[in-house]
Order: sequence, then structure tokens, then C-alpha cells
Amino acid sequence: MQVAPPTTHTPETQTQLFRYVLQLADTSLILAHRLSEWCGHGPILEQDLALANIALDFLGEARSYYQYAAELEGQGRTEDDLAYLRSAVEYRNPLLVEQPNGDFAATIVRQFIYDTFHYHLLQQLQAGPDTQLAAIAEKSVKEAAYHLKWSSEWIIRLGDGTEESRRRVEQAIASLWRYAGELTTPNATEKELQAAGLVPDYAAMLPQMEAHVARVFEEATLPVPQGVFMQKGGKDGRHTEHLGYLLTELQYMQRTYPGLTW
Amino acid sequence: METLELTQEEQFQARIDADIRIEPKDWMPDAYRKTLIRQISQHAHSELVGMLPEGNWITRAPSLKRKSILLAKVQDEAGHGLYLYSAAETLGASRDQMLADLHSGKAKYSSIFNYPTLSWADMGCVGWLVDGAAILNQVPLCRTSYGPYARAMVRVCKEESFHQRQGFEIMQTLCEGAPVQKEMAQEALNRWWWPTLMMFGPKDADSPNTAQSMNWRIKRFTNDELRQKFVDMMVPQAEFLGLTVPDPAVKWNADKNGYDFGDVDWEEFWNVVKGNGLCNQERLGARVKAHEEGAWVREAALAHAAKRKQRASEV
Repeated sequence: MQVAPPTTHTPETQTQLFRYVLQLADTSLILAHRLSEWCGHGPILEQDLALANIALDFLGEARSYYQYAAELEGQGRTEDDLAYLRSAVEYRNPLLVEQPNGDFAATIVRQFIYDTFHYHLLQQLQAGPDTQLAAIAEKSVKEAAYHLKWSSEWIIRLGDGTEESRRRVEQAIASLWRYAGELTTPNATEKELQAAGLVPDYAAMLPQMEAHVARVFEEATLPVPQGVFMQKGGKDGRHTEHLGYLLTELQYMQRTYPGLTW
Repeated sequence: METLELTQEEQFQARIDADIRIEPKDWMPDAYRKTLIRQISQHAHSELVGMLPEGNWITRAPSLKRKSILLAKVQDEAGHGLYLYSAAETLGASRDQMLADLHSGKAKYSSIFNYPTLSWADMGCVGWLVDGAAILNQVPLCRTSYGPYARAMVRVCKEESFHQRQGFEIMQTLCEGAPVQKEMAQEALNRWWWPTLMMFGPKDADSPNTAQSMNWRIKRFTNDELRQKFVDMMVPQAEFLGLTVPDPAVKWNADKNGYDFGDVDWEEFWNVVKGNGLCNQERLGARVKAHEEGAWVREAALAHAAKRKQRASEV
């Protein structure tokens, strides 16, 4: 396989790109961590396997982004330094992915919202001008397509399953939909990179994303939520209270035994 | 001519003795079927429950690489559970019934998983010692007389040997690291050594099922034979790591070309088997909870599938 040479950027763009790639890395890691909490506790063995599989995909994607971010930063930090030695206010993931697993319906709704965005984002990034980001996106988009299929099918099963599953999935939508908007609301970094053509225009992705949601919800016989007040802040380091506990666990070893090799 | 006069049971034993695999549709004695269902389902349950002690460290793994390897390893165990439940299903057992037996406490799983995982070094010991012991138990099962079980075990063993290597590698990294890491490794070895020796089961003299299982070639080595092999394999590896096996009686015996070693605390063994290990309640409790909390999900999937089928038939 031919590997394209890394794209060169101006120092300003490089700094912005570092922030953006770190945001992608944090997002994939935090979601992977949440999904990995299911391991051994899934509702049926086959779904335990699927959840671990998806968690592994996100973890792999996170590592690619962290490695690239470390390279862009050029300060000698490693993937582990970036993941294990930053505090909650330094983390840049959107609020959605740090939300607790809740019941299986909440996990599915969180996943469906993120998968819808993730798949469409990667489709754009793989065709973008930054060769390394495009390469990571090209690898991950195949996984993301499977994730979206999986979570969409579960939304349909739960929505059009039993009374209980419908009640639970509706409850999960009511509590999680307010975190959907942040995904496609660019922060300052994203705006600058959008202007530079390095990050896709989210507004242009929305029609396809909305069409997918509408299709799945229709089959699930669920109403698409309307007029929900959208929360945001995670991408700028203002998180919900859940992230601190997650990082306490994630970073326990590196914080307790600094500077060692494992 | 004479073969015509053999009973079904004699013909069956003749096939076993000739090392011809028994397949699902072949005639087999009820006791052979029952023994296999018991053993395979117990093995499947062990994979399932075995996810929990290691799952306990997935969220705290010390690096992204370790997190990824550990998660993949625990996922492999779920996969092993799946092959094994499928193998047991070929004997007429249903997964629902097998799970019900696990949850009610009627079916057993490997007692080793009733010990807690307290430090990162436990991930090393579980891979190195527990999976090491499992491999010794399982490699002969790749030649076991029942075809589907033997074939499932070929896949399981391939993955287990990778697990064991990653466990050893965790230990090696700790032993080559800072003093605090080496202490962590030694402390974990102290806790896991004796419980892993117990994994081979009671002494031959106290193992009533061994003779029949050997005769049916379900089992190929006795418990004591496997335990000796394990000690012979592990003592030099511990020495290589610079760790001390917590048994003062361990000593090379040139006459038997193996190590002498001390006696397992059988009282502890039987206590854990009976449900009095530190984590028996938690492990089984976690499985029951996952199953009960997943009931509505399984029901929803069935209900949705039924609706689809209904709609398709209406078109």
C-alpha cells in the first residue's frame, strides 16, 4: 500500500489540529471505556461480545488519534501521557459519551446518537486534505458502518419490541437527546478548522444524519424528539459530574505509580 | 462376524479404543452423554464467570495497550463460552437450561474465579498461572473422544496460549520494572500459586469420576499427573522471573525427574467448591443480575422478531 506523505500545516493550524485530534481521541476513548464497563455483564452472551467488539474498535481508533495528536504536538508526550495524565477540565470529549451506561436502552440510545454522527463524520474525514486523519478515518469508517447498523437495529427492536422495551427506550431518548446537539455544534477550534477546510461542515452533514434518524425511528415506531434544549460544553472542557469518576478509575494506576512502564 | 454380536455399548467402546471420534448423531451411552454435558457446560460456565475477575481491571488497566489487550482477552473468553455452549447443545442440552443450572448453583464452574483480583499483577498471574493451568487441562481435550468438544477445544487452546503469553509478559514487565512493581508481582504470586494448583481437582485417590472418564477418553491424564506437569513447568519460569514460589517444600527430585512440592490445603479447596470462597456470592450474583436485567432485552428481541415474521406473512 502506498502511504501518502504527511500533510504540512502552518504552526497555527497545527496547534488547532492538535486540539481537534485530541478531541476525537478523548471522545473515542471515553466511549470505549463506557462500553468496556459492560464486559461480562451484557444481557446475552452474543451482545456481550458485540459490546466488547465495539469498545475495542473505539479504543483502537482513540489510540490512532492520540498517537497522531502527540506527533502534532511535538513535545515528546505519548498516547498514554495524553490519556492518563490530563484532568477532567482538559478532556475535550462531548458530554454525550461520558454519560453512564444506565440500562441497555440508555447504552443503545447513546450509541445510536454517536454512531450516526461518527459514521457521517468519518465519511467526510476520509476524503479530507490531512492525509493522516484521512487514513485513520478510512480504517475506522468500516467499523463505524457496522456500529451504526448494530445500534440502529437495536433502536428498532426496542422501540417496536415489548411495552417495557418501548418505555425504556423512550426514557433513554428523553434523558440523552439533549446531548446530541453538541456533536454538530462547532466550537472555536472546529470553526477555524472548518474555515481551513480540514474539518467537514457539520451543517452540510445534518440532512443525511437526520434522514437516517427519521428512517430508523419510523421503523421503531418512535417519534423523533422535537424542540429539545441542547446541552454543550464538553468539547471545551466543561463536563458533567460523571467524567471525574470515570477518569479516577481510568487513570488510577498511572496516578498512583507515576512514571513507570507497564 | 463377531462384531455383529457386540452390544451397542461394546461397539461404542471399541470405537473409543480405536480413537474414532464420537459425533452428535452416533449412539452413545446415557452416562457418557451426561458426563459430557456436565463437563462441557461446566467449562462454558467457567469461561463466562471467568470474565469477571479480569473484567474487574479493564477500566483500570495501566496503559491503552494493556487495556486493549485485556479487553480483547476477556472478549475471547466470551467467545469460548459461546463455542462450548454450542458443543453442549449438540448433546441435547439447551443453553437456557444450562444457564438456569448455573444460576441456581446446581452446575459448577472453576473455583479459581472465586478468588479476588486485587492488583494489576493479578492480571499477570491469571494469564500466566491460571491460563497456564487451563492449557494443561485443555490441550489433551483437543483429542477428547467427542468430536464437537474436541474441535471447540482446538480453537480455545490456540487463543489460550496467546493469553498465557500475555500474562507472562505482564509479569516479566513488572519484574524488570521498579521495586514496587516487583513486589506487586511477588505478592500476587503468593496469593495465586496454591489456588492454581487446586485447579487440577482433588487428588486421584479422591476423584471418583477419573477412571470412567479416562476409559471413555474424555480425560487423558489424571489430576495428579497434570498438577505435577504444572509445577515442573512453572517453577523454572518463576525462577526466570526472579520470583519465589510460596512453597518451601519445592525441591528438584532427580529420581522422579520432577519437583517435589507441598500439599494443597484441601480444606480450603472444598470450602471454595461449597460456596465459601471470598467471591462466590459476588461472581454468581453478577451473572444472575446480568441475566435478570437482560431479560427484557431478550424478550424485546423475540417480540420484535415475531412481529416481523407476522408482517412478512401478511404481505
